[in-house]
Amino acid sequence: MEFFTSADIPVMTKLLEIVYIIIGLICLYTAGINLFDRENPSPWGTSAFWGSVGIVIAFGRWLPNIINGGLILLMSTSAILRLVKSGRDLAPTPEQTKAKFEKIGMKIFIPALSIGAFSLIFAFLGGNALVGTGFGVLVAMVLLFAFSSDNRPKVFFDDAARFLSIVGPTSMLPPLLAVLGTVFTLAGVGDVIADIVGRIIPQGNVNLGIVVYALGMVLFTMIMGNAFAAITVMTVGIGAPFVLAYGADPAAIVMLALTCGYCGTLLTPMAANFNIVPVAILDMKDKMGVIKNQILPAVFMIVFQIIYMIIIK
Amino acid sequence: MEYIKLLGILIVVLGFALKLDSILIIVIAAFVTALVGGVDMVTLVETFGESFVSNRSMTIFILVMLVTGTMERNGLKEASSALIGRIKGATAGMVIAAYGVIRGAFGAFNVGIGGVAGFIRPVLIPMATGTVESKGHTVNENHLEQIKGMAAGIENISWFFCQVLFVGGSGALLVQGTLANLGYDVPLIRLAAVEIPVAIAGVAFGVIYYYLKDRRLSRKYYSKEK
Repeated sequence: MEFFTSADIPVMTKLLEIVYIIIGLICLYTAGINLFDRENPSPWGTSAFWGSVGIVIAFGRWLPNIINGGLILLMSTSAILRLVKSGRDLAPTPEQTKAKFEKIGMKIFIPALSIGAFSLIFAFLGGNALVGTGFGVLVAMVLLFAFSSDNRPKVFFDDAARFLSIVGPTSMLPPLLAVLGTVFTLAGVGDVIADIVGRIIPQGNVNLGIVVYALGMVLFTMIMGNAFAAITVMTVGIGAPFVLAYGADPAAIVMLALTCGYCGTLLTPMAANFNIVPVAILDMKDKMGVIKNQILPAVFMIVFQIIYMIIIK
Repeated sequence: MEYIKLLGILIVVLGFALKLDSILIIVIAAFVTALVGGVDMVTLVETFGESFVSNRSMTIFILVMLVTGTMERNGLKEASSALIGRIKGATAGMVIAAYGVIRGAFGAFNVGIGGVAGFIRPVLIPMATGTVESKGHTVNENHLEQIKGMAAGIENISWFFCQVLFVGGSGALLVQGTLANLGYDVPLIRLAAVEIPVAIAGVAFGVIYYYLKDRRLSRKYYSKEK
Protein backbone atom coordinates (compact mmCIF):
# COMPACT_ATOMS: atom_id res chain seq x y z
CA MET A 1 0.00 0.00 0.00
CA GLU A 2 2.96 2.25 0.73
CA PHE A 3 3.74 2.19 -2.99
CA PHE A 4 0.37 3.67 -3.95
CA THR A 5 0.26 6.31 -1.21
CA SER A 6 3.87 7.51 -1.56
CA ALA A 7 4.16 10.99 -3.05
CA ASP A 8 7.60 10.25 -4.52
CA ILE A 9 6.36 7.79 -7.12
CA PRO A 10 4.91 9.31 -10.35
CA VAL A 11 1.17 8.82 -10.94
CA MET A 12 1.82 7.06 -14.27
CA THR A 13 4.03 4.47 -12.55
CA LYS A 14 1.29 3.79 -10.02
CA LEU A 15 -1.37 3.53 -12.74
CA LEU A 16 0.84 1.18 -14.75
CA GLU A 17 1.22 -1.03 -11.70
CA ILE A 18 -2.59 -1.12 -11.40
CA VAL A 19 -2.75 -2.18 -15.06
CA TYR A 20 -0.35 -5.05 -14.26
CA ILE A 21 -2.42 -6.08 -11.25
CA ILE A 22 -5.52 -6.27 -13.48
CA ILE A 23 -3.62 -8.32 -16.09
CA GLY A 24 -2.41 -10.62 -13.30
CA LEU A 25 -5.96 -11.00 -12.02
CA ILE A 26 -7.17 -12.00 -15.52
CA CYS A 27 -4.50 -14.74 -15.52
CA LEU A 28 -5.48 -15.84 -12.02
CA TYR A 29 -9.15 -15.88 -13.08
CA THR A 30 -8.17 -18.07 -16.06
CA ALA A 31 -6.30 -20.35 -13.64
CA GLY A 32 -9.36 -20.51 -11.38
CA ILE A 33 -11.98 -21.38 -13.99
CA ASN A 34 -9.74 -24.00 -15.61
CA LEU A 35 -9.15 -25.66 -12.24
CA PHE A 36 -12.86 -26.27 -11.84
CA ASP A 37 -13.59 -26.99 -15.50
CA ARG A 38 -14.46 -30.69 -15.80
CA GLU A 39 -13.94 -30.55 -19.56
CA ASN A 40 -10.30 -29.48 -19.19
CA PRO A 41 -8.13 -32.61 -19.53
CA SER A 42 -5.36 -31.01 -17.48
CA PRO A 43 -6.86 -28.67 -14.85
CA TRP A 44 -3.82 -28.63 -12.53
CA GLY A 45 -1.14 -27.99 -15.16
CA THR A 46 -3.26 -25.30 -16.81
CA SER A 47 -3.88 -23.58 -13.47
CA ALA A 48 -0.20 -23.81 -12.50
CA PHE A 49 0.72 -22.06 -15.77
CA TRP A 50 -1.77 -19.17 -15.61
CA GLY A 51 -1.55 -18.95 -11.82
CA SER A 52 2.22 -18.58 -11.63
CA VAL A 53 2.39 -16.07 -14.49
CA GLY A 54 -0.52 -14.19 -12.92
CA ILE A 55 1.30 -13.84 -9.59
CA VAL A 56 4.48 -12.59 -11.27
CA ILE A 57 2.61 -10.05 -13.40
CA ALA A 58 0.41 -8.74 -10.57
CA PHE A 59 2.80 -8.79 -7.63
CA GLY A 60 6.28 -9.36 -9.12
CA ARG A 61 7.35 -5.84 -8.25
CA TRP A 62 7.13 -6.66 -4.54
CA LEU A 63 8.39 -10.26 -4.62
CA PRO A 64 12.07 -11.28 -4.37
CA ASN A 65 13.59 -12.06 -7.78
CA ILE A 66 14.37 -15.62 -6.81
CA ILE A 67 10.63 -16.25 -6.16
CA ASN A 68 9.65 -14.58 -9.45
CA GLY A 69 12.28 -16.65 -11.26
CA GLY A 70 11.03 -19.84 -9.61
CA LEU A 71 7.44 -19.07 -10.64
CA ILE A 72 8.51 -18.40 -14.24
CA LEU A 73 10.33 -21.74 -14.29
CA LEU A 74 7.20 -23.42 -12.88
CA MET A 75 5.16 -21.76 -15.63
CA SER A 76 7.68 -22.89 -18.27
CA THR A 77 7.73 -26.44 -16.93
CA SER A 78 3.97 -26.87 -17.15
CA ALA A 79 4.11 -25.60 -20.75
CA ILE A 80 7.06 -27.85 -21.68
CA LEU A 81 5.30 -30.90 -20.22
CA ARG A 82 2.28 -29.99 -22.39
CA LEU A 83 0.04 -29.73 -19.35
CA VAL A 84 -1.57 -26.45 -20.45
CA LYS A 85 -4.91 -27.11 -22.16
CA SER A 86 -8.10 -25.24 -22.79
CA GLY A 87 -11.40 -26.34 -21.34
CA ARG A 88 -15.02 -25.71 -22.24
CA ASP A 89 -15.52 -23.69 -25.40
CA LEU A 90 -17.85 -20.82 -24.59
CA ALA A 91 -17.65 -19.21 -28.03
CA PRO A 92 -20.82 -17.44 -29.18
CA THR A 93 -22.88 -19.08 -31.92
CA PRO A 94 -23.29 -17.32 -35.31
CA GLU A 95 -26.96 -16.78 -34.43
CA GLN A 96 -25.99 -14.93 -31.25
CA THR A 97 -23.45 -12.67 -32.96
CA LYS A 98 -25.84 -11.99 -35.84
CA ALA A 99 -28.58 -10.95 -33.42
CA LYS A 100 -26.16 -8.61 -31.64
CA PHE A 101 -25.08 -7.11 -34.96
CA GLU A 102 -28.68 -6.39 -35.86
CA LYS A 103 -29.05 -4.59 -32.55
CA ILE A 104 -25.70 -2.76 -32.34
CA GLY A 105 -24.63 -2.47 -35.99
CA MET A 106 -21.66 -0.39 -37.06
CA LYS A 107 -21.39 1.24 -33.62
CA ILE A 108 -19.30 -1.79 -32.60
CA PHE A 109 -16.35 -0.13 -34.36
CA ILE A 110 -16.23 2.64 -31.72
CA PRO A 111 -15.05 0.46 -28.82
CA ALA A 112 -12.82 -1.44 -31.26
CA LEU A 113 -10.98 1.75 -32.15
CA SER A 114 -10.99 3.32 -28.69
CA ILE A 115 -8.15 1.12 -27.38
CA GLY A 116 -5.60 2.21 -29.97
CA ALA A 117 -6.88 5.78 -29.90
CA PHE A 118 -6.28 6.16 -26.18
CA SER A 119 -2.82 4.52 -26.36
CA LEU A 120 -1.93 7.10 -28.98
CA ILE A 121 -3.43 10.04 -27.06
CA PHE A 122 -1.64 9.08 -23.84
CA ALA A 123 1.65 8.63 -25.69
CA PHE A 124 1.28 12.03 -27.38
CA LEU A 125 0.48 13.80 -24.13
CA GLY A 126 3.64 12.37 -22.60
CA GLY A 127 1.84 9.81 -20.46
CA ASN A 128 2.42 6.10 -20.57
CA ALA A 129 1.06 4.42 -23.74
CA LEU A 130 0.22 1.26 -21.81
CA VAL A 131 -1.82 3.17 -19.25
CA GLY A 132 -3.57 4.65 -22.31
CA THR A 133 -4.29 1.12 -23.55
CA GLY A 134 -5.78 0.32 -20.15
CA PHE A 135 -7.92 3.45 -20.26
CA GLY A 136 -9.06 2.58 -23.80
CA VAL A 137 -10.06 -0.91 -22.68
CA LEU A 138 -12.06 0.64 -19.83
CA VAL A 139 -13.84 2.98 -22.26
CA ALA A 140 -14.51 0.06 -24.62
CA MET A 141 -16.06 -1.94 -21.77
CA VAL A 142 -18.31 0.94 -20.74
CA LEU A 143 -19.45 1.41 -24.36
CA LEU A 144 -20.12 -2.31 -24.81
CA PHE A 145 -22.20 -2.27 -21.64
CA ALA A 146 -24.08 0.79 -22.91
CA PHE A 147 -24.82 -1.03 -26.21
CA SER A 148 -26.08 -4.14 -24.48
CA SER A 149 -26.57 -4.76 -20.78
CA ASP A 150 -25.63 -8.43 -21.40
CA ASN A 151 -22.02 -7.27 -21.40
CA ARG A 152 -21.33 -7.49 -17.68
CA PRO A 153 -17.93 -7.86 -15.97
CA LYS A 154 -18.29 -11.65 -15.83
CA VAL A 155 -18.76 -11.79 -19.61
CA PHE A 156 -15.59 -9.72 -20.17
CA PHE A 157 -13.56 -11.91 -17.82
CA ASP A 158 -14.96 -15.16 -19.25
CA ASP A 159 -14.25 -14.04 -22.83
CA ALA A 160 -10.71 -12.95 -21.86
CA ALA A 161 -10.09 -16.32 -20.19
CA ARG A 162 -11.45 -18.06 -23.28
CA PHE A 163 -9.13 -16.15 -25.63
CA LEU A 164 -6.17 -16.62 -23.29
CA SER A 165 -6.81 -20.37 -23.24
CA ILE A 166 -6.96 -20.41 -27.05
CA VAL A 167 -3.59 -18.66 -27.52
CA GLY A 168 -2.07 -20.70 -24.69
CA PRO A 169 1.62 -20.81 -23.70
CA THR A 170 2.77 -19.41 -27.08
CA SER A 171 1.57 -16.01 -25.88
CA MET A 172 4.38 -15.96 -23.30
CA LEU A 173 7.10 -16.21 -25.99
CA PRO A 174 7.91 -12.47 -26.28
CA PRO A 175 8.69 -11.93 -22.55
CA LEU A 176 10.56 -15.25 -22.39
CA LEU A 177 12.64 -14.32 -25.45
CA ALA A 178 13.42 -11.01 -23.75
CA VAL A 179 14.60 -12.99 -20.70
CA LEU A 180 16.82 -15.09 -22.97
CA GLY A 181 18.21 -11.88 -24.48
CA THR A 182 19.13 -10.69 -20.98
CA VAL A 183 20.91 -13.99 -20.29
CA PHE A 184 22.82 -13.70 -23.59
CA THR A 185 23.95 -10.19 -22.68
CA LEU A 186 24.90 -11.29 -19.15
CA ALA A 187 27.07 -14.11 -20.50
CA GLY A 188 28.76 -11.88 -23.08
CA VAL A 189 27.38 -13.62 -26.18
CA GLY A 190 27.14 -10.38 -28.14
CA ASP A 191 30.86 -9.71 -27.84
CA VAL A 192 31.70 -13.11 -29.32
CA ILE A 193 29.41 -12.65 -32.35
CA ALA A 194 30.67 -9.13 -32.87
CA ASP A 195 34.20 -10.53 -32.89
CA ILE A 196 33.37 -13.12 -35.56
CA VAL A 197 31.31 -10.83 -37.80
CA GLY A 198 34.00 -8.17 -37.41
CA ARG A 199 36.43 -10.40 -39.27
CA ILE A 200 34.05 -10.69 -42.21
CA ILE A 201 32.65 -7.18 -42.56
CA PRO A 202 34.82 -4.15 -41.87
CA GLN A 203 33.91 -2.11 -38.79
CA GLY A 204 32.84 1.44 -39.40
CA ASN A 205 30.90 0.94 -42.63
CA VAL A 206 27.44 1.64 -41.22
CA ASN A 207 25.56 1.16 -44.50
CA LEU A 208 27.09 -2.26 -45.02
CA GLY A 209 26.24 -3.04 -41.39
CA ILE A 210 22.60 -2.09 -42.04
CA VAL A 211 22.41 -4.35 -45.12
CA VAL A 212 23.94 -7.30 -43.26
CA TYR A 213 21.70 -6.70 -40.22
CA ALA A 214 18.51 -6.43 -42.34
CA LEU A 215 19.27 -9.44 -44.55
CA GLY A 216 20.44 -11.37 -41.49
CA MET A 217 17.04 -10.71 -39.91
CA VAL A 218 15.28 -12.01 -43.05
CA LEU A 219 17.45 -15.12 -43.18
CA PHE A 220 17.37 -15.93 -39.45
CA THR A 221 13.60 -15.46 -39.39
CA MET A 222 13.23 -17.79 -42.37
CA ILE A 223 15.31 -20.45 -40.60
CA MET A 224 13.68 -20.07 -37.20
CA GLY A 225 10.19 -19.18 -38.45
CA ASN A 226 9.96 -16.49 -35.78
CA ALA A 227 11.07 -12.87 -36.10
CA PHE A 228 10.85 -12.31 -32.34
CA ALA A 229 13.46 -15.00 -31.71
CA ALA A 230 15.65 -13.62 -34.50
CA ILE A 231 15.61 -9.97 -33.34
CA THR A 232 17.07 -10.75 -29.89
CA VAL A 233 20.00 -12.70 -31.37
CA MET A 234 20.67 -10.45 -34.37
CA THR A 235 20.51 -7.17 -32.43
CA VAL A 236 22.99 -8.30 -29.79
CA GLY A 237 25.31 -9.82 -32.42
CA ILE A 238 25.13 -7.48 -35.42
CA GLY A 239 22.77 -4.55 -34.86
CA ALA A 240 24.45 -3.18 -31.76
CA PRO A 241 28.17 -3.60 -32.61
CA PHE A 242 28.03 -2.82 -36.36
CA VAL A 243 25.25 -0.25 -36.67
CA LEU A 244 24.23 1.29 -33.34
CA ALA A 245 27.80 1.62 -32.07
CA TYR A 246 28.43 4.18 -34.83
CA GLY A 247 25.67 6.48 -33.71
CA ALA A 248 22.79 5.25 -35.89
CA ASP A 249 19.33 5.89 -34.44
CA PRO A 250 18.52 2.80 -32.33
CA ALA A 251 14.73 3.26 -32.43
CA ALA A 252 14.59 3.43 -36.23
CA ILE A 253 17.19 0.77 -37.02
CA VAL A 254 16.06 -1.98 -34.65
CA MET A 255 12.33 -1.44 -35.21
CA LEU A 256 12.79 -1.60 -38.99
CA ALA A 257 15.01 -4.66 -38.60
CA LEU A 258 12.05 -6.32 -36.91
CA THR A 259 9.78 -5.60 -39.87
CA CYS A 260 12.56 -6.87 -42.18
CA GLY A 261 12.24 -10.04 -40.13
CA TYR A 262 8.50 -10.03 -40.87
CA CYS A 263 9.42 -10.19 -44.59
CA GLY A 264 11.31 -13.37 -43.72
CA THR A 265 8.12 -14.64 -42.04
CA LEU A 266 6.24 -14.09 -45.32
CA LEU A 267 8.77 -16.28 -47.16
CA THR A 268 9.14 -19.35 -44.99
CA PRO A 269 7.12 -22.54 -44.44
CA MET A 270 8.71 -22.54 -40.96
CA ALA A 271 6.16 -19.87 -40.01
CA ALA A 272 3.47 -22.52 -40.30
CA ASN A 273 0.80 -20.54 -38.47
CA PHE A 274 0.81 -17.84 -41.13
CA ASN A 275 1.74 -19.74 -44.29
CA ILE A 276 0.87 -23.42 -43.98
CA VAL A 277 -2.12 -23.56 -41.62
CA PRO A 278 -4.14 -21.21 -43.91
CA VAL A 279 -3.52 -23.63 -46.82
CA ALA A 280 -5.27 -26.30 -44.79
CA ILE A 281 -8.04 -24.04 -43.51
CA LEU A 282 -8.81 -22.79 -47.03
CA ASP A 283 -8.54 -26.25 -48.69
CA MET A 284 -5.84 -25.13 -51.11
CA LYS A 285 -4.10 -27.59 -53.41
CA ASP A 286 -0.63 -26.07 -53.46
CA LYS A 287 1.04 -26.32 -50.05
CA MET A 288 3.19 -23.30 -50.91
CA GLY A 289 0.24 -21.41 -52.45
CA VAL A 290 0.21 -18.71 -49.77
CA ILE A 291 4.00 -18.17 -49.78
CA LYS A 292 4.08 -17.90 -53.60
CA ASN A 293 1.61 -15.02 -53.39
CA GLN A 294 3.81 -13.28 -50.82
CA ILE A 295 7.23 -13.46 -52.55
CA LEU A 296 6.93 -10.25 -54.58
CA PRO A 297 5.54 -8.11 -51.70
CA ALA A 298 8.20 -9.47 -49.32
CA VAL A 299 11.10 -8.76 -51.70
CA PHE A 300 9.73 -5.27 -52.40
CA MET A 301 9.47 -4.53 -48.68
CA ILE A 302 13.00 -5.78 -47.95
CA VAL A 303 14.47 -3.43 -50.56
CA PHE A 304 12.18 -0.57 -49.46
CA GLN A 305 13.15 -0.93 -45.81
CA ILE A 306 16.91 -1.22 -46.40
CA ILE A 307 16.85 2.00 -48.42
CA TYR A 308 14.66 3.64 -45.76
CA MET A 309 17.06 2.55 -42.98
CA ILE A 310 20.07 3.93 -44.84
CA ILE A 311 18.29 7.25 -45.40
CA ILE A 312 17.03 7.87 -41.86
CA LYS A 313 19.86 6.30 -39.86
CA MET B 1 37.37 -21.04 -26.38
CA GLU B 2 35.09 -18.00 -26.38
CA TYR B 3 33.03 -19.56 -29.17
CA ILE B 4 31.42 -22.01 -26.78
CA LYS B 5 29.30 -19.08 -25.57
CA LEU B 6 27.46 -19.31 -28.89
CA LEU B 7 26.06 -22.72 -27.99
CA GLY B 8 22.86 -21.05 -26.74
CA ILE B 9 22.29 -19.36 -30.10
CA LEU B 10 22.91 -22.63 -31.92
CA ILE B 11 20.29 -24.25 -29.68
CA VAL B 12 17.77 -21.48 -30.50
CA VAL B 13 18.36 -21.71 -34.26
CA LEU B 14 18.29 -25.51 -34.41
CA GLY B 15 15.46 -25.79 -31.91
CA PHE B 16 13.12 -23.48 -33.81
CA ALA B 17 14.15 -25.00 -37.15
CA LEU B 18 13.43 -28.51 -35.82
CA LYS B 19 10.06 -27.31 -34.46
CA LEU B 20 10.79 -28.31 -30.88
CA ASP B 21 8.69 -26.77 -28.12
CA SER B 22 9.51 -23.04 -28.13
CA ILE B 23 9.54 -22.59 -24.36
CA LEU B 24 11.73 -25.70 -23.96
CA ILE B 25 14.24 -24.22 -26.43
CA ILE B 26 14.35 -20.92 -24.55
CA VAL B 27 14.84 -22.52 -21.13
CA ILE B 28 17.55 -24.91 -22.36
CA ALA B 29 19.35 -22.14 -24.29
CA ALA B 30 19.31 -19.96 -21.16
CA PHE B 31 20.67 -22.71 -18.91
CA VAL B 32 23.39 -23.75 -21.39
CA THR B 33 24.42 -20.12 -21.99
CA ALA B 34 24.64 -19.54 -18.24
CA LEU B 35 26.66 -22.72 -17.79
CA VAL B 36 29.24 -21.95 -20.49
CA GLY B 37 29.23 -18.24 -19.72
CA GLY B 38 30.10 -18.69 -16.06
CA VAL B 39 26.77 -17.48 -14.65
CA ASP B 40 25.77 -19.42 -11.52
CA MET B 41 22.33 -21.03 -11.20
CA VAL B 42 20.99 -18.75 -8.45
CA THR B 43 21.88 -15.68 -10.52
CA LEU B 44 20.23 -17.30 -13.54
CA VAL B 45 16.94 -17.94 -11.71
CA GLU B 46 17.06 -14.39 -10.32
CA THR B 47 17.67 -13.07 -13.84
CA PHE B 48 14.60 -15.00 -15.04
CA GLY B 49 12.52 -13.28 -12.36
CA GLU B 50 13.98 -9.82 -12.69
CA SER B 51 13.93 -9.75 -16.50
CA PHE B 52 10.39 -11.14 -16.73
CA VAL B 53 9.11 -8.53 -14.28
CA SER B 54 10.81 -5.70 -16.18
CA ASN B 55 9.30 -7.06 -19.42
CA ARG B 56 5.75 -7.42 -18.07
CA SER B 57 4.71 -4.73 -20.55
CA MET B 58 4.70 -7.51 -23.18
CA THR B 59 1.65 -9.02 -21.49
CA ILE B 60 -0.50 -5.94 -22.17
CA PHE B 61 -2.32 -7.93 -24.89
CA ILE B 62 -4.01 -9.84 -22.05
CA LEU B 63 -5.71 -6.62 -20.92
CA VAL B 64 -6.96 -6.04 -24.47
CA MET B 65 -8.45 -9.54 -24.41
CA LEU B 66 -10.99 -8.24 -21.89
CA VAL B 67 -12.81 -6.75 -24.87
CA THR B 68 -11.56 -8.77 -27.90
CA GLY B 69 -13.82 -11.74 -27.26
CA THR B 70 -16.77 -9.65 -26.20
CA MET B 71 -16.54 -7.47 -29.31
CA GLU B 72 -16.66 -10.62 -31.44
CA ARG B 73 -19.67 -11.70 -29.37
CA ASN B 74 -21.34 -8.39 -30.21
CA GLY B 75 -21.06 -8.62 -34.00
CA LEU B 76 -17.65 -7.14 -34.96
CA LYS B 77 -17.19 -9.72 -37.71
CA GLU B 78 -20.66 -9.10 -39.15
CA ALA B 79 -20.05 -5.34 -39.13
CA SER B 80 -16.74 -5.78 -40.98
CA SER B 81 -18.30 -7.85 -43.73
CA ALA B 82 -21.11 -5.31 -44.06
CA LEU B 83 -18.45 -2.63 -44.53
CA ILE B 84 -16.67 -4.57 -47.32
CA GLY B 85 -20.03 -5.40 -48.91
CA ARG B 86 -20.67 -1.71 -49.54
CA ILE B 87 -18.34 -1.62 -52.57
CA LYS B 88 -20.45 -1.53 -55.71
CA GLY B 89 -19.65 -3.56 -58.83
CA ALA B 90 -16.80 -5.24 -57.05
CA THR B 91 -14.32 -7.79 -58.39
CA ALA B 92 -12.60 -10.48 -56.31
CA GLY B 93 -9.44 -8.36 -56.35
CA MET B 94 -11.34 -5.36 -55.03
CA VAL B 95 -12.86 -7.40 -52.21
CA ILE B 96 -9.39 -8.65 -51.24
CA ALA B 97 -7.99 -5.12 -51.48
CA ALA B 98 -10.79 -3.68 -49.33
CA TYR B 99 -10.16 -6.36 -46.73
CA GLY B 100 -6.44 -5.52 -46.78
CA VAL B 101 -7.12 -1.86 -46.07
CA ILE B 102 -9.67 -2.57 -43.33
CA ARG B 103 -7.51 -5.29 -41.77
CA GLY B 104 -4.56 -2.88 -41.77
CA ALA B 105 -6.57 0.00 -40.28
CA PHE B 106 -7.85 -2.19 -37.48
CA GLY B 107 -4.46 -3.82 -37.06
CA ALA B 108 -3.03 -0.39 -36.31
CA PHE B 109 -5.53 -0.22 -33.46
CA ASN B 110 -4.58 -3.73 -32.36
CA VAL B 111 -7.97 -5.16 -33.26
CA GLY B 112 -8.28 -8.46 -35.10
CA ILE B 113 -11.41 -9.22 -37.10
CA GLY B 114 -11.26 -12.98 -37.23
CA GLY B 115 -8.25 -14.05 -39.29
CA VAL B 116 -8.20 -16.92 -41.79
CA ALA B 117 -10.44 -19.30 -39.85
CA GLY B 118 -12.81 -16.68 -38.46
CA PHE B 119 -13.21 -14.31 -41.40
CA ILE B 120 -11.46 -15.24 -44.65
CA ARG B 121 -12.90 -18.71 -45.06
CA PRO B 122 -16.47 -18.09 -43.89
CA VAL B 123 -16.91 -14.50 -45.14
CA LEU B 124 -14.27 -13.18 -47.53
CA ILE B 125 -13.88 -16.12 -49.95
CA PRO B 126 -17.67 -16.40 -50.52
CA MET B 127 -17.81 -12.62 -51.10
CA ALA B 128 -14.95 -12.83 -53.62
CA THR B 129 -16.38 -15.78 -55.54
CA GLY B 130 -19.77 -14.11 -55.39
CA THR B 131 -18.43 -11.22 -57.47
CA VAL B 132 -17.41 -13.68 -60.21
CA GLU B 133 -20.72 -15.55 -60.12
CA SER B 134 -22.74 -12.34 -60.18
CA LYS B 135 -21.30 -11.67 -63.65
CA GLY B 136 -22.63 -15.01 -64.83
CA HIS B 137 -19.38 -17.01 -64.75
CA THR B 138 -18.53 -20.24 -62.98
CA VAL B 139 -15.49 -19.75 -60.77
CA ASN B 140 -12.43 -21.27 -62.41
CA GLU B 141 -10.61 -23.75 -60.18
CA ASN B 142 -7.18 -22.14 -60.65
CA HIS B 143 -8.64 -18.69 -60.10
CA LEU B 144 -10.20 -19.89 -56.84
CA GLU B 145 -6.84 -21.28 -55.69
CA GLN B 146 -5.22 -17.90 -56.38
CA ILE B 147 -8.06 -15.99 -54.66
CA LYS B 148 -7.43 -18.09 -51.55
CA GLY B 149 -3.67 -17.54 -51.73
CA MET B 150 -4.09 -13.79 -52.20
CA ALA B 151 -6.62 -13.52 -49.36
CA ALA B 152 -4.28 -15.33 -46.95
CA GLY B 153 -1.41 -13.20 -48.28
CA ILE B 154 -3.14 -9.86 -47.70
CA GLU B 155 -4.17 -11.07 -44.23
CA ASN B 156 -0.48 -11.57 -43.36
CA ILE B 157 0.85 -8.46 -45.12
CA SER B 158 -1.71 -6.04 -43.64
CA TRP B 159 -1.41 -7.50 -40.16
CA PHE B 160 2.41 -7.70 -40.08
CA PHE B 161 3.11 -4.18 -41.32
CA CYS B 162 0.22 -2.40 -39.60
CA GLN B 163 0.21 -3.96 -36.12
CA VAL B 164 3.57 -2.20 -35.58
CA LEU B 165 1.68 1.12 -35.73
CA PHE B 166 -0.08 0.27 -32.47
CA VAL B 167 1.69 2.11 -29.65
CA GLY B 168 2.52 -0.69 -27.24
CA GLY B 169 2.27 -3.64 -29.66
CA SER B 170 4.27 -6.73 -28.70
CA GLY B 171 6.88 -6.27 -31.46
CA ALA B 172 7.72 -2.72 -30.35
CA LEU B 173 7.78 -3.81 -26.70
CA LEU B 174 10.29 -6.55 -27.53
CA VAL B 175 12.44 -4.03 -29.43
CA GLN B 176 12.21 -1.63 -26.48
CA GLY B 177 13.22 -4.41 -24.08
CA THR B 178 16.09 -5.58 -26.31
CA LEU B 179 17.41 -2.02 -26.59
CA ALA B 180 17.05 -1.49 -22.82
CA ASN B 181 19.33 -4.52 -22.30
CA LEU B 182 21.90 -2.78 -24.48
CA GLY B 183 21.57 0.51 -22.61
CA TYR B 184 19.40 2.44 -25.08
CA ASP B 185 16.17 4.02 -23.84
CA VAL B 186 13.59 4.52 -26.62
CA PRO B 187 9.96 5.66 -26.28
CA LEU B 188 7.22 3.45 -27.76
CA ILE B 189 5.70 6.30 -29.75
CA ARG B 190 8.94 6.67 -31.76
CA LEU B 191 8.96 2.96 -32.54
CA ALA B 192 5.44 3.29 -33.93
CA ALA B 193 6.15 6.52 -35.83
CA VAL B 194 9.12 5.08 -37.69
CA GLU B 195 6.89 2.33 -39.12
CA ILE B 196 4.33 4.67 -40.75
CA PRO B 197 5.99 4.64 -44.22
CA VAL B 198 6.52 0.87 -43.94
CA ALA B 199 2.84 0.24 -43.18
CA ILE B 200 1.68 2.46 -46.05
CA ALA B 201 4.13 0.94 -48.55
CA GLY B 202 3.36 -2.63 -47.45
CA VAL B 203 -0.42 -2.37 -47.66
CA ALA B 204 -0.32 -0.29 -50.85
CA PHE B 205 1.97 -2.74 -52.63
CA GLY B 206 -0.02 -5.77 -51.48
CA VAL B 207 -3.37 -4.26 -52.41
CA ILE B 208 -2.28 -3.04 -55.87
CA TYR B 209 -0.38 -6.24 -56.66
CA TYR B 210 -3.33 -8.49 -55.81
CA TYR B 211 -5.81 -6.22 -57.57
CA LEU B 212 -3.76 -6.34 -60.79
CA LYS B 213 -3.08 -10.06 -60.47
CA ASP B 214 -6.81 -10.76 -60.08
CA ARG B 215 -7.63 -8.57 -63.08
CA ARG B 216 -5.11 -10.49 -65.20
CA LEU B 217 -6.49 -13.85 -64.02
CA SER B 218 -10.10 -12.77 -64.61
CA ARG B 219 -9.31 -11.78 -68.19
CA LYS B 220 -7.51 -15.07 -68.75
CA TYR B 221 -10.29 -17.29 -67.40
CA TYR B 222 -13.53 -15.48 -68.24
CA SER B 223 -13.08 -13.29 -71.32
CA LYS B 224 -13.72 -16.09 -73.87
CA GLU B 225 -16.76 -17.51 -72.12
CA LYS B 226 -19.21 -14.99 -73.58
